[in-house]
Amino acid sequence: MAKYNWPARGTASLIGTSQDRIDGLAKATGTAKYSYDVNFDDLLIARVLGCPHAHCKIKSIDVSPAEKVPGVVKAVTMKSEGNEVHWQGDPIAAVAGESEGAVAEGLKAIKVEYEELPVFVNDEDLAAAEAAKRTGKGGQNVQLEREPGDNDDEQAFADKEIDRLLAESAAVVDGYYGIDVITHMCLEPHGSTCKWTDGKLDAYLSTQNVSQTGGQFAGPLGLTADDVTVHCDFIGGGFGSKFQVDAWGVVAAQIAKQTGRPVKLMLDRDIELKTAGCRPSGYLKVKVGADKDGVVKVWDSHHWGTNGATPGGVTQGVIPYVFDPKNRRRRQTTIVTNASPSRAWRAPNHPQACAMSQTAYDDIAAKLGLDSYDVFMRNLPSVSNGKKDVYADQMKIAAGLIGWKSKWHPHGKGPAKGSIVSGLGMAIHTWGGGGHASTCLVKVHPDGGVEANLGSQDLGTGTRTVIGMIVAETFGLPLSAVKVNIGSSKYPISGPSGGSTTVGGVSESSRRASQDAVAKIFELAAALLKVEADTLEAAKGRIQVKGSPNKGLSWKDACSLLGMMPLEVKAEFRKADDNQLSSSQVGGVQMAEVEVDKDTGVVRMKKFVAVQDMGTIINRKTASSQIYGAAIMGIAYSLFEQRIMDPVTGAFLNAEIADYKLPRLGDIGEIVVELYEPDSEYNRGVVGLGEPPVISPGAAISNAVCNALGVRVPVLPMTPKRVLEALEKARKA
Amino acid sequence: MKAFEYAAPTHAEGVLELLSDEADGSVILAGGTDLIPLMARLIVTPKRVVNIKQVAGLRGIEADSLGVTIGAVTTLDELLEAPELDDFPSIQHAIRGINSATLQAQGTIGGELFQRPQCWYFRDRKGLLAESGRLVEQGDNRYHAIFGNAGPAKFVSPSRIAPALIALGAQARIVGPGPEDEAIVPVETLFRAPRDARQREHILAPNQLLTHILLPAADGVANATYEVRQSAGPDFPLVGAAAALRIAGGVVREAHIVLGQVAPTPWVSYPAAQAMLGQPVNLQTATAAGEAAVAAATPLSENGYKVQLASVAVRRAILLAAGLDTGGFET
Repeated sequence: MAKYNWPARGTASLIGTSQDRIDGLAKATGTAKYSYDVNFDDLLIARVLGCPHAHCKIKSIDVSPAEKVPGVVKAVTMKSEGNEVHWQGDPIAAVAGESEGAVAEGLKAIKVEYEELPVFVNDEDLAAAEAAKRTGKGGQNVQLEREPGDNDDEQAFADKEIDRLLAESAAVVDGYYGIDVITHMCLEPHGSTCKWTDGKLDAYLSTQNVSQTGGQFAGPLGLTADDVTVHCDFIGGGFGSKFQVDAWGVVAAQIAKQTGRPVKLMLDRDIELKTAGCRPSGYLKVKVGADKDGVVKVWDSHHWGTNGATPGGVTQGVIPYVFDPKNRRRRQTTIVTNASPSRAWRAPNHPQACAMSQTAYDDIAAKLGLDSYDVFMRNLPSVSNGKKDVYADQMKIAAGLIGWKSKWHPHGKGPAKGSIVSGLGMAIHTWGGGGHASTCLVKVHPDGGVEANLGSQDLGTGTRTVIGMIVAETFGLPLSAVKVNIGSSKYPISGPSGGSTTVGGVSESSRRASQDAVAKIFELAAALLKVEADTLEAAKGRIQVKGSPNKGLSWKDACSLLGMMPLEVKAEFRKADDNQLSSSQVGGVQMAEVEVDKDTGVVRMKKFVAVQDMGTIINRKTASSQIYGAAIMGIAYSLFEQRIMDPVTGAFLNAEIADYKLPRLGDIGEIVVELYEPDSEYNRGVVGLGEPPVISPGAAISNAVCNALGVRVPVLPMTPKRVLEALEKARKA
Repeated sequence: MKAFEYAAPTHAEGVLELLSDEADGSVILAGGTDLIPLMARLIVTPKRVVNIKQVAGLRGIEADSLGVTIGAVTTLDELLEAPELDDFPSIQHAIRGINSATLQAQGTIGGELFQRPQCWYFRDRKGLLAESGRLVEQGDNRYHAIFGNAGPAKFVSPSRIAPALIALGAQARIVGPGPEDEAIVPVETLFRAPRDARQREHILAPNQLLTHILLPAADGVANATYEVRQSAGPDFPLVGAAAALRIAGGVVREAHIVLGQVAPTPWVSYPAAQAMLGQPVNLQTATAAGEAAVAAATPLSENGYKVQLASVAVRRAILLAAGLDTGGFET
């Protein structure tokens, strides 16, 4: 038997059950302190001045007038004369003062002269980007069944071969699909409260990366990382945008040092949206050829989009998404715009790739008059991750939950009620999600107290609760008996929470540490009970002989055998280790049912079904919550969210919460979550699921709208404007 | 937020004494749901804030045989719950559409009428006219005006209740600047499209105060508001339309159709009203009225879709007023 393992299926008391978050009450009642809530006596409030122009050079900058404003204590520059600024909202100065009001007036008093430079923000218009010399060559990849002859020019051969395959196809879709830039829109903006004590810094930072951000403060401040403690007990959203301390974190610490007072600097909402994280856009033109059954035989695409002020965008490597036909060519062009560079957004590349390519697969179904479900099913043999059978199984479950067979109608052929039509759509996704490196220090006190310490953070997965369940399970204790300490860089290091790596990582380290610790307790108890240690189990608050509950001790009595010294056990999990408890690679199928008002272009969600595998499930409740949240976030970018840039000035026009449209409870319809966990999943170990369920909604909802209307609304979000424009275009065509 | 003086008088005369005749001298605070964010972002920076919520006689609803008098600081929730307004579903539709417990509990009818436009150039501190209309004209104007937009003002009037009040023939009582000054004017005439940066989007001087809305008795007039909303809110509608119809003998004898979110002011559509006169209310006549409403629309570069929405909103407001199925989502 492996040294480390999960309980056999059906034998666990906590793992795999549904548990409330151990910090849920604190969060719901407001006693949980987020970075924004951390206050000290003598605290200074600081804010940054965002550049008002999308592209300019700073001719001069003078912050001294700010320091003359009553209540302002310190004003500092973050950019200097001669610096070029590439997007609106990039911080150029910071002001700290006694109140928000004083700081606001101080920011207004700063004198800056700008030389405005040409602006380009139109990332959808490839021709305009080329004319503005903003394009760059992205990646390209060709895969063909036939190989060129020795004398063939490779490109000419590929052109010819693709032309031939398209000509031989029963149906060809000549499609255009896209998805706009969105921002991370963390409810709690980026920022920190910084406090110095005897030359050492305590930074209360809103971060996904507790263990590795200390050094990011230390370098610019002339310290070493041991002089910095990063605290983050709770985080109000990160989604991939909060791995760094950022310039505003460093400046908060600097002002705190210069003034000798603690400083709180959280970004204003508009600066948050303009500069602290966004997802690249993607727009794709494709020719797809399929046989009469809808099986794709050839794919030839070119996509573009922007990563902001630095080249990048959606990698060609994920096009077409999950499906990988034997003949395909894909090409990417990058576009540089006057906008902040993107940051990792929940499943980088995947939502865009899914929305730009599984829509084309659905259009094949529409073109051939086939059921989209059948076309997806028939294309499963080409999936790139070997999970064909998992998808097939999940599709059957999802179809049952949404009532696909009874509700399906060919595209645009459903019944209308007044001007309202309804439709169904689906998509599939994939993600790695192997656990990150993690170290867990478990302490068992002689009085029976138990604590687990990890330098991890409580992102959406319910990290605290998952760790608590694992440790309590291993010691045979109730969840409430375990203290989970995370959110400080002084705890043993654990990886940043990105890429769905957290639950896999912390499950490995906390189970290993707990199993090692309980083995020591077993040894002590075994000596007392005069039995072999391997005959013992930890269950129901006792250390006892398996099958003979009477022969044993209470947990407390067992711990008293430790003597004076607490037992301290540390377990390190590194990704290169033999993964005994975690796994990677998931699938997932989602289906959407929508209603569309053809006269107004308003789309309403009726039902959304998410079937998701994630290996061994630790907490069914937080796992489900992750998927509900992802579905809502997916509905957001499918129907509401977009970054709107002024085409002339490059201003980010909807950078306030009132203008940046998000769905409300009334907009999400019924969401059905199905946790897919047959024995094959239970037995393969834990996989995180932060990313996977947020990938498919774009394509699934777009396909449902297309099924309802019989017309593709090509670009997400599908706003009433875009729906009506697509219908108008179809009428004219 | 810039530092300011604060006053909370308890009588209307006291309010007038505290108001300045200069544009930035003073500002009236009622529910504050729009004003406070504007002040926080330094878009509005008054020297003095005069809270009128404690002023005697400004809150409440009274009805008699002639109609209903509504105090300016009566909250939207109070309006929604008032039996005196049972005959005015168009007002209730407009308030329900806000779909925010906070905005409805805190917001007042006076504040709803005089809230500032949502235009994102205005909210980005570019001024209400945003470079004499140039920023809107050349920029992203998807939510801007499709009527009355030839001048520098291209924002849309944000009020959701004003179209209903205007269609119902409501009047406004205004006092000031002097303690004896009082005027009663049609709600329609409160609003204007400013021609230059000194003008506001309404006719009140900085030292005048709206005290009451006077609503004539419904007297059998069928009325409704229909808004096209992208989401369940809280969010502003893409367009709205209010209809008030006197139907007798199976045909429309009198019609008032007013659009919201389509022009710098609430937009009274005489062509739509005209199209209904002498007609029965049905899908065909309501559709024709909707088409008549938008025949003279002048959309900007990015808001052509709003022409269709305005037409549909008029059609559906008429159908809803007459108790017929709108054919769209239930509002």
